Amino acid sequence: MGRYLRKRILISIAILFVILLVLFLLMQLMPGSPFNDAKLSEEQVASLKESYGLDQPVIVQFFRYIGKMLRGDLGVSYSISPNTPITTLIANRFPVTLRIGFFSLIIGTAAGLTLGLITAFFRGRVMKLIFNFFTLIGIAVPSYLFAIFFSWVLGYKWNVFPLLYDFRSPAFSSVMPILAMSLSVMAVIGQFTKAEAEDVIKSDYVLLAKCSGMKSSTIIIKYILRNSLIPVITVMASLLVSLLTGSLVIEKMFSVPGIGGLLTTAISSNDYSVVIALSFVYSALYIVVMLILDILYCVVDPRVRLGGKPS
Amino acid sequence: MSENAVYIPADADFVPAGEERKVLASSETVTGSKNDMRKRFFAQKSAVVGMVILVLLTVLAVIGPYISGHGYDDQQLERANLAPRVPVLASMGILDGSETLNKTSGEVTVNRYEELGITDEYYIFGTDSLGRDMFARAFMGLRISLVIALAATVINLVIGMNYGIISGYFGGMTDIIMQRVIDVIGSIPTLVVVTLLMLVLQPGMGSIILALMLSGWIEMSHIARAEVLKVKELEYVQAARTLGAGHMHIIFREIMPNITGKLVTQIMLSIPAAVFLEAFLSFVGLGMPAGSCSLGTMLTDGFSNVLLHSYKLLPTAALMVLLMIGCHLVAEGLKKAAE
Repeated sequence: MGRYLRKRILISIAILFVILLVLFLLMQLMPGSPFNDAKLSEEQVASLKESYGLDQPVIVQFFRYIGKMLRGDLGVSYSISPNTPITTLIANRFPVTLRIGFFSLIIGTAAGLTLGLITAFFRGRVMKLIFNFFTLIGIAVPSYLFAIFFSWVLGYKWNVFPLLYDFRSPAFSSVMPILAMSLSVMAVIGQFTKAEAEDVIKSDYVLLAKCSGMKSSTIIIKYILRNSLIPVITVMASLLVSLLTGSLVIEKMFSVPGIGGLLTTAISSNDYSVVIALSFVYSALYIVVMLILDILYCVVDPRVRLGGKPS
Repeated sequence: MSENAVYIPADADFVPAGEERKVLASSETVTGSKNDMRKRFFAQKSAVVGMVILVLLTVLAVIGPYISGHGYDDQQLERANLAPRVPVLASMGILDGSETLNKTSGEVTVNRYEELGITDEYYIFGTDSLGRDMFARAFMGLRISLVIALAATVINLVIGMNYGIISGYFGGMTDIIMQRVIDVIGSIPTLVVVTLLMLVLQPGMGSIILALMLSGWIEMSHIARAEVLKVKELEYVQAARTLGAGHMHIIFREIMPNITGKLVTQIMLSIPAAVFLEAFLSFVGLGMPAGSCSLGTMLTDGFSNVLLHSYKLLPTAALMVLLMIGCHLVAEGLKKAAE
């Protein structure tokens, strides 16, 4: 397992390096220069460039940039809140995004597992139809349509939850964003769990457990749930990606003060330095989560440790 | 015939099979399996429903913008924000063009058709804030979104399929290098790639297709590679190799026909993904430029008006949901038919 982990971590670092390179090149390609003022003389521009290190060769700039990024210095914002370090901007907003994303994932997964297991265990025709209908809706309908629907029905017509995020009651006003994002998670996890659990239920060891008179609850938890978890971890990766994308729109809709909202604001106000910094943060987050999932996979499924690839 | 009977070979046994026999043999097997798959596909009710939805939507995307009698970008400012009015239902009191508005003085029901004195014209989906017919716009948007999704998917298919097939077929060092390259590209979140690309490029259909393409082909190549790995050691491929067939022949004649099932399923899944991403880009403000319409821009428009004129959002949202459901049902049906 040690060898596999080392290889996996090395690849992750290489990928992070490539992403930094791409971001740096993009910054070079971005139209315009920071010193566009016509009043500046050539000497002034030269001295400005010198003070910011822009007169150095591109290679030197690149390594300086990497050093800064790795030390956690992401530069300053130009237009959203001028001269504020981007690190502070992100530090204020990150916990909010993390909380909403985390709860969406946990609630969606728990609901999906339960629904999938129940449907697989009590194989009723009507039950299956209802299950198929709901998972189809959950998978096919994008999270922002759910968000619109909820904010219209729950927020506007019935006035149950606040339409916009409220600092004074963060938990209560996060309900609708979490609900909107967790539905698709629930549908995907539910479908995978059901398919896997149906296979497990047909297996000999479950039959044996039933024959020896074990309680249904023990069988579900000890045998079926555990064996159905492996594919669930695999889909978690792709779910996380869609959560990242979804959170952008959802945060904008409910004006949640998270990093997704920050990115959309930065895009619309052309604050390139914030966009680039957030791109780096998102990539790093994504890579770290992938690494964790791979390790988890390794723990659950011994075959991976022995050099095979997760399929 | 008893077991002891000895077969005496005739000269005819050693003559190579004629061209007509080869053609017969190959065409029989291929059409046979395809017919089976078609039968199994159409035997599923849900798949047929999905197919019908997709065909209907495609037809509407082609003719929809022209059948309402109003152009999709004809502005009539005095006719802005008309609620839906449907010919037959209007006389029954449903969808007759009246809408309930929440004002500070309480709820008011108005019928702007009567205020403007429009008697013989109907806007089935209503009009937007510039007085453009939402019916024509919704289907024009559907058409543009579909074109974007189809173009991106076809390009993804060509790149991803070739990449996956080459990587899987040749194996060894080629495979390792090509897979490491994909590992790196695939590790950059789609969201980041698309956002950055749209910042650098001019907004428009071309850049959206390019952005969708950059991230979409990887999944396609994974599937193509996995299928090739499964197929390439099978007897018929080995037989072809033993007979001296070249790489091109084996890839295109022996392997390709046998991996199309999985690829078609993936195509059906990447169309909704592309439509979704396009809508996402519009929402964030990086989508189609102002003035043009796609499902994404229509949704964004509808969302900003949802509390006041909810009819602006419903038809577009319904179209999008139908499109997604249709694609998923067909993909699901194909998956089951292939098993």
